Amino acid sequence: MKNFRIALWAAAAIAAAVLAGLLYFGAGGSQATVIGGPFRLKDQNGQIVDSATLKGKPYAIFFGFTHCPEICPTTMTDMAALMGKLGDEAKGFRIYFVSVDPERDTPDKLRNYLSSFEPHVVGLTGTPEEIAAVAKEFRVYYRKVPLDGGDYTMDHSAFVYLMGKDGGFRNVIGYQEKPDRALEKLKTLIERG
Amino acid sequence: MNAVVKTALLAALLSSAAGLAHAGDIALDHPWSRATPAGAPVGAGYVTVKNTGAAADKLVSATAPDVAGKVEVHEMTMDNGVMKMRPVSGIEIPAGKSVELKPGGYHIMFMQLKQPLKAGETIKGALTFEKAGVVPVEFKVEAMSAAGSGGHDMKGMDGHKH
Repeated sequence: MKNFRIALWAAAAIAAAVLAGLLYFGAGGSQATVIGGPFRLKDQNGQIVDSATLKGKPYAIFFGFTHCPEICPTTMTDMAALMGKLGDEAKGFRIYFVSVDPERDTPDKLRNYLSSFEPHVVGLTGTPEEIAAVAKEFRVYYRKVPLDGGDYTMDHSAFVYLMGKDGGFRNVIGYQEKPDRALEKLKTLIERG
Repeated sequence: MNAVVKTALLAALLSSAAGLAHAGDIALDHPWSRATPAGAPVGAGYVTVKNTGAAADKLVSATAPDVAGKVEVHEMTMDNGVMKMRPVSGIEIPAGKSVELKPGGYHIMFMQLKQPLKAGETIKGALTFEKAGVVPVEFKVEAMSAAGSGGHDMKGMDGHKH
């Protein structure tokens, strides 16, 4: 059963990667309802953030965790830098950092961690079930990997998804994507919604 | 006190401002790290390890007791857009070759951080090699946006260098 679940998730991850690739190189547009869907989580201040509150606002969403030495802080740093470049254009635009490690990433921990990327980045967490549900909606893969001494790390998809004002998928920013290209994608998203 | 430790101590005394340290056949170039977000429990260290000797050596462990409760040698990989990170039992440094620990690949993983790593500070530590023994190292903490020599650079807008 466990292997079957892993296989399913692996298939989902590959499908997401393929789809992201198609949309990335293709036109985007109307087939864009596959990644993303209704969700309901808590932000780092304990406020509910759900798909209904996000209606009418384009946003970016990334799945990571605070025990992440490389991808998560650099992605957030890069995104915050891009927001800085966009200046007023990016006012009110939010990047949601969903923790795939809700056991360790409490709202308090997220608040402290994300204070380095204010005000653009908002942390989201929930119960393990809620996180599993939102990850499924966004076709995001994650898995707990035990380390020596009872510690663990997480494998996780490292895309930044750009979501439109209708909640539909618009584009994706990949790991180490060229900054001018990422900036262009964000501009397009913010302008067109 | 054996020769290796003596060499290591001497290397520590002589290590230059450029961050170059070596013990026997192992030379460490540009040890650096990135500033970490507030409260981040982990950080990463990067360095280029050069083996000038005639025999292969292996980086087996690392320490940085001032900043980290635990330090491991890790490898990060991207697999279909999925980030994976695993401890490795060692990194082979072939004779006459350099191996670069860099973002997106091998790194020294600082765990149980005692305080955030701040740009401009240095992290004192040591790398242990199978043959060269303990080599002291000082990682220079760069900005959170720093890309090192192999990654991307958001500030320079010069994109990939792969």
